Amino acid sequence: MLHIINKSPLTNGSLDSCLRVAQSGDILLIEDAVVAATSGNACAAKLQEAMGRCKVYVLQPDLDARGLGDRLLEGVSPVDYGGFVDLTLSNKNCQSWL
Amino acid sequence: MSDMKKFMFVNRKAPYGTIYALESLEVVLITAAFDQDVSLVFMDDGVYQLKKGQQTKGIETKNFSPAYRALEGYDVEKLYVEKESMEARGLSEEDLLVDVVVLSRAEMGELMDQQDVVLSF
Amino acid sequence: MKFGIVVNEGPYQHQASDSAYLFAKAAIEKGHEVWRVFFYHDGVNNASKLTEPPQDDRNIVSRWTKLAEEHKVDLVVCVAAALRRGIKEENLASGFRISGLGQLVEAGVKCDRLVTFGD
Repeated sequence: MLHIINKSPLTNGSLDSCLRVAQSGDILLIEDAVVAATSGNACAAKLQEAMGRCKVYVLQPDLDARGLGDRLLEGVSPVDYGGFVDLTLSNKNCQSWL
Repeated sequence: MSDMKKFMFVNRKAPYGTIYALESLEVVLITAAFDQDVSLVFMDDGVYQLKKGQQTKGIETKNFSPAYRALEGYDVEKLYVEKESMEARGLSEEDLLVDVVVLSRAEMGELMDQQDVVLSF
Repeated sequence: MKFGIVVNEGPYQHQASDSAYLFAKAAIEKGHEVWRVFFYHDGVNNASKLTEPPQDDRNIVSRWTKLAEEHKVDLVVCVAAALRRGIKEENLASGFRISGLGQLVEAGVKCDRLVTFGD
């Protein structure tokens, strides 16, 4: 399953909830959730721990828009909107953790 | 419609503060009417949607919680609550309006993986 | 492949409609079909033809209209959610149509993937 997260883990529990139940699959961070994919953020360790069972992607245009392109967290793969489309297809299903 | 798919509705928000819980319920009823395989999940604050004893007179808003009891009549019988979400809110199954299946985090993750369409509200 | 898209938030207030649009555009550019976009909750506000953004800003409503015209994307606004929020035929932007929630279920059944954008 592709898990799509769109909120900052520093202010909202969506990423936490996703990481709690997701056993495998891909995680894509979009909109305000891109802050989770930056080095030095307080939730980075949690995301890196999840990389053992899930592959983590970030939507580069959302990262760039927020001026955070200079601090991509190691292990996170950037994708553009086309890559986002591909991820929905390479996974059997998807869920937006709104 | 010829084909049946597995639809899951994930409710993660408390009722009344926003309209998501009510409008989610509206989609659930329609989906059931289309003869689809429907599962409802309540996790995080979504568990509060099922709390017994909702009294909405004071906020002049319709109490839609009785509708959860009516779901059975629409053949919507798969209601799941995530155990940790319920416990983190000091709730138990006795506090809920309807019978639910309580799932561990891993069981919930597996159930989500098995779906065709997952709508989260 | 055939995509269905759900938009649950209104324009400008939240990024959901922008993300949905850019996703739809990318899918079409890759040769996929965006069969239907379903607007629900405050997402119905994306269909108001009375929207007038400042000149130097993107026009979210007309951008959807253009996508519908050029690529035969079916833009459906949920009737119950629309009436609650004052979206009616008389202020409906071109390319959108108002219909029931069954259209969302149908998108889930007929599309290979249904992707939701919201808050």
